[in-house]
Amino acid sequence: MSGKFEGTQNYIATEDLRIAVNAALTLERPLLVKGEPGTGKTVLAEEVAKALDLELLTWHIKSTTKAHQGLYEYDAITRLRDSQLGDERVKDIKNYINRGKLWEAFAYQGRVVLLIDEIDKADIEFPNDLLQELDRMEFFVYETGETIKAETRPLVIITSNNEKELPDAFLRRCFFHYIAFPDHETMTEIVKVHFPDLKSRLVKEALSVFYEVRDVPGLKKKPSTSELLDWLKLLMNEDIDETTLRERDPNKLIPPLHGALLKNEQDVQLFEKLAFLARRERN
Amino acid sequence: MFVDFFHDLKSNGVPVSLREYLSLLEALDRDVINRDIEEFYYLSRAALVKDEKNLDKFDVVFSKTFKGLQALSETEIAEIPTEWLQSLTENFLTEEEKAAVEALGGWEKIMEELQKRLEEQKERHEGGNKWIGTGGTSPFGADGYNPEGIRIGQEKGRHGRAVKVWDKREYKNLDGDVEIGTRNIKVALRRLRRFARDGVPDKLDLDGTIKSTANAGYLDIKLEAERRNKINVLLFFDVGGSMDPHIKLCEELFSAARAEFKTMEHFYFHNCLYEGVWKDNARRHSDKIPTWDVLHKYPADYKIIFVGDASMSPYEIVHAGASVEHWNEEAGGAWLQRVMDIYTSAVWLNPTPERFWTHSGSTDLIKQIFNDRMFPLTLDGLDAAMRELSR
Repeated sequence: MSGKFEGTQNYIATEDLRIAVNAALTLERPLLVKGEPGTGKTVLAEEVAKALDLELLTWHIKSTTKAHQGLYEYDAITRLRDSQLGDERVKDIKNYINRGKLWEAFAYQGRVVLLIDEIDKADIEFPNDLLQELDRMEFFVYETGETIKAETRPLVIITSNNEKELPDAFLRRCFFHYIAFPDHETMTEIVKVHFPDLKSRLVKEALSVFYEVRDVPGLKKKPSTSELLDWLKLLMNEDIDETTLRERDPNKLIPPLHGALLKNEQDVQLFEKLAFLARRERN
Repeated sequence: MFVDFFHDLKSNGVPVSLREYLSLLEALDRDVINRDIEEFYYLSRAALVKDEKNLDKFDVVFSKTFKGLQALSETEIAEIPTEWLQSLTENFLTEEEKAAVEALGGWEKIMEELQKRLEEQKERHEGGNKWIGTGGTSPFGADGYNPEGIRIGQEKGRHGRAVKVWDKREYKNLDGDVEIGTRNIKVALRRLRRFARDGVPDKLDLDGTIKSTANAGYLDIKLEAERRNKINVLLFFDVGGSMDPHIKLCEELFSAARAEFKTMEHFYFHNCLYEGVWKDNARRHSDKIPTWDVLHKYPADYKIIFVGDASMSPYEIVHAGASVEHWNEEAGGAWLQRVMDIYTSAVWLNPTPERFWTHSGSTDLIKQIFNDRMFPLTLDGLDAAMRELSR
């Protein structure tokens, strides 16, 4: 049994997150992680793997992904073609079975972290199709008649953006964690981890600008943690100092390098409109 | 162990099952956490709650069970109505006043006081220096000045670490409270499926293969794309006013539709469709989307579903400027007619029982505009509507 997860140098895990990860780790159940886009759901799996010194397998889900693709795929068509050419390989069906990510994870020597990323992108029935496999960590390969069973159950981390509701039966089998948007304090810590040599006053100013932007009503896409980190990187590159940020000059209502924070033109327009209004009020 | 807690969760509408309860016990048995109430809170939350909209209910039940505080219903009464705290004035106090306020006592004392005053106070209050309300110098309430004060009902400012996490009820606004009994609705919506072959050809086309093999004289494999549901849906919801009694039904319909259709867009309107619709009801005035934009953006093969009780003043449909909310340049009927002209498949779902339809003239008018395609929002009605749409 590996040790417990305590967060890493690069990832600030709040206490509730640590406990959820450790519960999933100890009980060998999947952990379902939800939260606003950009709050570090996918990064969590990477960091858990790094912290516990385990290999990470990632299965990215798309709208066309089918459950069985995670187990295995029998490539009948190639076999049929090969049979016409008299290829020797054709005699062994095993040559035409392509392993999926779940198979890889189950067959892995020792423990591994399996990330099933953005499960809500797939068809409604997708999670239901994986119930037994994730519960028992085994499945049956019809073509060869063998049963694939995990010797060490992998730590399964599943992320969802809430685009579709997940079936109850599936939820029952998971631990659940909702990554809330970090408060000022946690955010400062997160920034410190990513940019240790950033002047603390710049961080303070940047954070307050950031939260102000988040509080503007009507934004289509509120900037999140990953956008903040990108923006700070830019601020450092451009060598903008905290006085520029502190100037709450109505003429400069749009924060410098806003492109990193605001991701669509309606939001930028909204900001420009607000700046215009502020200027008019002052005159 | 914790059987009461489990039952309380269940009776307060958190969907927990025996299985989850057992995993919680198993986790405790295997020492996932230290013997610490906060860690227990996090663990039980991860094990028992599976949707962020239930987190708030969980917090309430947890607080009640493990602190022996008030029951759920009492908690809700003790909560301060937000109207009390609606910000009216920005308050500027003199230096002396600020100093006087600071002398009021420490954090502990203020908490006690708050508890006391919550019990005493029954009405909304503004100004003054004792009661909870807006713009005064009491330590409780919003927008006032007191350095040790507690902000209530304001967006900014959180309680410090002194408050127990579960009592913070941070997840309150995630509590959607949508019923889970949407299965039947989903089954009805399932009628509206139109499969088309689209995307990468990766399935064996048996007929094609047989044909081309016979032609070629050797095995010639043909592939085709998989069948997928190609239905696109636009939903328009009437909100507010006479629609309030039907909120639950509409929520069920909405959540079922969201799970069922791959491409679904929704918009809100009030009473009748006019020149603007909106996507977020809280910002209906600031975030209006021009109806023309909607009509231009979505192609004519979209299926249109209007949900509304269609009861309003008939003038709203036939006359310009009759909207109850704003001055509309064009009559509501003109906008509905535009929708009907563009989209061939459109229905109106009406949550009012069918036998009352004749009582309001506006219902008849809308029914006419929709060429009689108005259906009651019942399972049967939904079924009939979906048949109509899939025609």
